[in-house]
Amino acid sequence: MALDTLTDMRRMTRRQLLTGATALGAFVIGNGYVTAAKADWATEMVAMKPEDFATLIQMARDIYPHDRVADEFYVRAVKSYDVQDKAEMAEAGIRALNQRSREMKGEDYLDIGWERDRVDVLRSMEDDDFFQTVRGGLVTGLYNQKEVWPIFGYEGSSYEHGGYIDRGFDDITWIG
Amino acid sequence: MTAPFELTDDSVVVVIGTGAGGGVLANELAQRGVSVVALEAGGRYLPEDYVNDEWDSFGQLAWTDTRTTSGDWRVAKDFSGLPAWIVKAVGGTTTHWAGASIRFQPHEWKALTNYGAVDGATLLDWPIDAEEMAPWYDLAEAKLGVTRTGDRPGLPGNNNFKVFEAGARKLGYEEVHTGRMAIQSTDDGDRIKCQQTGFCFQGCKWGAKWSAAYTDIPDGEATGNLEVREKAHVARILHDDSGKVTGVEYFDEDGNLNFQAARIVAVAGNSFESPRLLLNSASSMFPDGLGNSSGHVGRHYMRHLTGSVYGIFDKPVRMWRGTTMAGIVADESKHDPSRGFVGGYELETLSLGLPFMAAFLDPGAWGREFTSALDQYENMAGMWIVGEDMPQADNRVTLSDAEDQWGLKVANVHYSDHPNDIAMRDHAYRQGAAIYDAMGATRTMPTPPYPSTHNLGTNRMSERPEDGVVNRWGQTHDIANLFVSDGSQFTTGAAENPTLTIVALAIRQADHIASEMSAGNL
Repeated sequence: MALDTLTDMRRMTRRQLLTGATALGAFVIGNGYVTAAKADWATEMVAMKPEDFATLIQMARDIYPHDRVADEFYVRAVKSYDVQDKAEMAEAGIRALNQRSREMKGEDYLDIGWERDRVDVLRSMEDDDFFQTVRGGLVTGLYNQKEVWPIFGYEGSSYEHGGYIDRGFDDITWIG
Repeated sequence: MTAPFELTDDSVVVVIGTGAGGGVLANELAQRGVSVVALEAGGRYLPEDYVNDEWDSFGQLAWTDTRTTSGDWRVAKDFSGLPAWIVKAVGGTTTHWAGASIRFQPHEWKALTNYGAVDGATLLDWPIDAEEMAPWYDLAEAKLGVTRTGDRPGLPGNNNFKVFEAGARKLGYEEVHTGRMAIQSTDDGDRIKCQQTGFCFQGCKWGAKWSAAYTDIPDGEATGNLEVREKAHVARILHDDSGKVTGVEYFDEDGNLNFQAARIVAVAGNSFESPRLLLNSASSMFPDGLGNSSGHVGRHYMRHLTGSVYGIFDKPVRMWRGTTMAGIVADESKHDPSRGFVGGYELETLSLGLPFMAAFLDPGAWGREFTSALDQYENMAGMWIVGEDMPQADNRVTLSDAEDQWGLKVANVHYSDHPNDIAMRDHAYRQGAAIYDAMGATRTMPTPPYPSTHNLGTNRMSERPEDGVVNRWGQTHDIANLFVSDGSQFTTGAAENPTLTIVALAIRQADHIASEMSAGNL
C-alpha cells in the first residue's frame, strides 16, 4: 500500500504538491499528506496526522540512521502505523516524544536541528513501549525491504542464478 | 509404497519427531523390517519449496509455537518467546542445520573423569565411549556423505573462509580447513554437488546438504515399513497398569485427538519438546512424568557456548556467498585448563544475510554504533563459536503456565551461564577477534548467542538410574519400551556440532531395538 501511495502522489506536479503546505524539519506537511522538501516522494495519510507521521519518519531514521538510505525507505518502514487500529497508539507515542523533547530541548522533536540532540531525547525513552515497538518493527520493516539490500551490497536470493559457484564465491583478491 | 498402519496396530514402533534422531531411527528401523509410524508436528517441505529469503524461510520452517523463557541468558530478554531456532517440519532441524559433522573427541565422552568436578556443574561420564561409538560414527559419516571422511574430498573455501583461514594461520593455528561437512563435494554422489548458493540455513534448494527430509524419510517410506504422519502433534504418551507404554495421543491437522497404539515409543522431539512430552504425560502411576523417577527429566539443559565474532575490513568480503559454514579452526577444541576453563571450543565460519544480521548482530541496539557496522555489511567476515557449556541442574525445561494451540502446557526454558561458560566465551571472543585483527580488520564485534539450535541434555544418558533418564541405549531407566532418540539424551555436550553424534546414536539405537525385538525382549 505504501508503495502505491508513493507512486500515486508522484503523478502530481511539484507545484500541486506544495500548494498550501508548510515545511517542518526535512519534510513538508500538506493537507492529508507528507512529502519531502525535494518532493521526490509523498505519502497520503490514512489515519495519522501528517505532522505526527513526519515525526515518526524522523524518529525511524534517528533510531537506525543510514545516510545512504533515502527517506522513502523509512516512510515504507513505518507506514504500517498509518492505519485505524494503530494510529491512536502511534500518535500518543509521538505526543509523549514531543513533550519529552520540549522538556529536554525546548522544542518539538522535528524542530530539533541536530541528530545528537534528538538522540538524547530518544535515549531517555528507550525503555518505553512505544520506542521499543517502533524500534522492533523497524528491524524487519526497514532491513527486510528487498529494495534496500543493494545499498548494503547484499545480493539476496541466489538459487535462481545458479548460486555463486560460477559467480564469485571465492573471488576475494586481497588475501595475501 | 508408504505403509498405512491402523491406529489400533500395537505392533508398531511409534517415533515422535523426524529430525536427525527420529528421522534416522525411523528409517533405520524400517530398513531392518520393523513397522514404524512416525508422528511429525510439522508439514513436509522439500528443496523445491525452500526459499532463499531469511524471514520468509523462517516463517515456512521454524518452530514458532509458544515457548517461554527465564534465566540470565540474553536470549530470554531479546527473544523471550523464541529460545530456539529450530524447525517444525518433516526432517526437523536437518533442513536448517549447516552440515558440520564432527566426532566427539575421546576425552569428551568422560567429561567428569577428565575435567574433574566443577563447582555448580553436574558433569557426568557418558556410559559409552569413543571406541564403542567408532563403528557407528563410520556408518553415520557414510550416510551423511561427510566430506574429509572416507574418500570424500573437502569443499572449496569461499571468501568468508579465506579471510578466516589466513587469519588463523597467522595466529599459528594448524587445524584449519573447510570442515567435515554433510554437503556433497563431488559430482559422483547421490546428491547434487554444492553450488555455493548460501542459504544453507533456509533448506538447501539443491539437496546438496544432507537432510532427513529428502534422504532417510523417503528411503524409509520406500521399504513399505514406514508411515510418516505430518502435522501430527503428540499430546501424551499413555501406559498400562504394568507401567509399559501402550501408545500415544496426538492431535491431527484437523484438531482431532487420535490414539495410536504402539509396541515401543521413541521420543525425538528435541531437547524442549521431548522432556515437555514426558512431563505432560504424568499419570497417577508416574506423577512427575514418564521416565522421571530420578527427577532428571528436563534438567541439565545445554545449548553450547555459542556467540559470534564479526570483523569489518577496508575491502569487500561478501561472506554470504557460498557455504554458510565454510570452515573450521579446531585447535581450541582441546581440553587445556591453563586457558582458565575446562573443555574446548570450535570456531566455524558463519554468515547471516542482511535481514538476520540486523536482527542478531546486537539485538536491541540502535543508533550509529549499530548502523555504522551494518553499513559495512559487504566488508564483513563472520564466525561462530561452538563450545562445551557446563550442564547445570537448574538449567532446565519445565512446564510453563502458558498453553499452546492444543491447550497443552508449553515448555519454559531456563538457562544461565556457568562461570566456565563465560570464561570460555571470553577466550573465544578474543581469539576470534585476533584472527580478524591479523587480517587487518578495522573493527571486530563480539556478538551474543542467537536463539539456540544445539539443544541438548534434558533427558540425559547415565550408567546409574539415579543419575539420568536413559541408559546406554537411550532406553528410559524406568520404562523398558520407552526410548529417547534425540539430542536430549546427551550426558554432556562436547565441543562439536551435535548432529553427527545424534545420527550415530540413532543408527546404533535402531540396531539395538530391532535385535531386542527379534529376541523377544521388547
